[in-house]
Amino acid sequence: MSEYNLALENVSKTFGRRLIFCDLNFVLNSGCIYGIAGPNGSGKSTLAKILCGLISPTSGKVIHTFQSNTITRERIHNHIGFLSPYLFLYDEFTAEENLIYFAKIRGINFDKDKVDSLFDKLNLLDRKNDLLREYSSGMKQRIKLIFALLHSPQLLIYDEPTANLDNEGKEIFYEIIRQQSVDSLVIIASNENGDLNLCSEVIQLKNYKEKK
Amino acid sequence: MKAYWLFKKDWQSELRTRYAINALAMFVLITISVILFSVGSENISDYLTGGLFWVVIFFSAMSGLSRVFVSEEERGTTLTLQLIASPSTVFNGKLIFNLLLVCLMNLVITCLFSILFDSFIINNVFLFVFTLVLGSSGIAISSTIIAAIISKASAKGTLYPVLSFPILLPLILILLELTKFSMDGKSLEESFVELAVLVCYDVIMLTASHLLFDFIWRE
Repeated sequence: MSEYNLALENVSKTFGRRLIFCDLNFVLNSGCIYGIAGPNGSGKSTLAKILCGLISPTSGKVIHTFQSNTITRERIHNHIGFLSPYLFLYDEFTAEENLIYFAKIRGINFDKDKVDSLFDKLNLLDRKNDLLREYSSGMKQRIKLIFALLHSPQLLIYDEPTANLDNEGKEIFYEIIRQQSVDSLVIIASNENGDLNLCSEVIQLKNYKEKK
Repeated sequence: MKAYWLFKKDWQSELRTRYAINALAMFVLITISVILFSVGSENISDYLTGGLFWVVIFFSAMSGLSRVFVSEEERGTTLTLQLIASPSTVFNGKLIFNLLLVCLMNLVITCLFSILFDSFIINNVFLFVFTLVLGSSGIAISSTIIAAIISKASAKGTLYPVLSFPILLPLILILLELTKFSMDGKSLEESFVELAVLVCYDVIMLTASHLLFDFIWRE
């Protein structure tokens, strides 16, 4: 099992004068699925972006550690798989072309067998050579899951992972997420009960709205 | 290699969407046509032709080179890029793309000027090619970093030329001088100071862009 740890030390975020959340202190370890829940506007997506290093917290620190080595912000993207409805891929490329370019830009080999098996699992194998602009929103969400898993990351952050998915798609996603949680750290930001039922611990952001 | 693949992705995407190529091609054709109509049968001096040459290049660059970051922002793929590559990879990939685009654009403009303007006579071709290559690099570097800055702004179209003008002005002035020298047939030795300034501009802009890009790229 990969030893990936994520520590949040007094993490707070404000946009202008508006406090989103404050004083988050957690240590998250691989092998578990953690949930981030809260009403709309509570900062779930903001926290997910902070954990990915995409935006900075207003105060506090987020420390990523892999096998006891701290990872610098410059290299975090090599360890993270991220999925969200506001993530967009390139519509002018086919699904497979998108993934080939992402692998090459990451500097890793494109593992065709692994990708084909994921295409197959997600019922997209016969559509992998179609342009992404011809995909439905649910199919795009499935491709984004392959995008998140392409480089075998140790930290998986899913922001509303089952958005736009039908029931069959949700079940496939849950199965893959459970499999990934065995040797990765998985974080799910969602309000869906089905998503949160996968989690062993859930952080309720509404409890972090006031300074203690 | 990572930057090369990012460039390849952008080039492939450009060939399919024609965002920047069409904008550049149309702008070059329209500007040169307007100049030809305005000049009519008048004889214009070779220095003035050299000036018009760089004016066409400057405004054509303004019309197409910002697409490199603006198209990512408009399609919402900036986040995707942030997740797969380090800021230096992104900047280098985008710079290679803009460099290729500027070189192609300048080549086309040079050919059109040579064919259409009788007074566009270069007596020291080697100096002119040197000037064109260094000038294209300077324009590509400056345009890329400015494109990254303005891509997150709401008034992108207006902001790009406004921000570019003061940054590109010293470069354009040196390029005008060197074009005049190459028309006069001056040697490389005689143009050494101007060429040194041109190289310094490129190096300073490249270094500053690399240092700044990390802050621009991350929110």
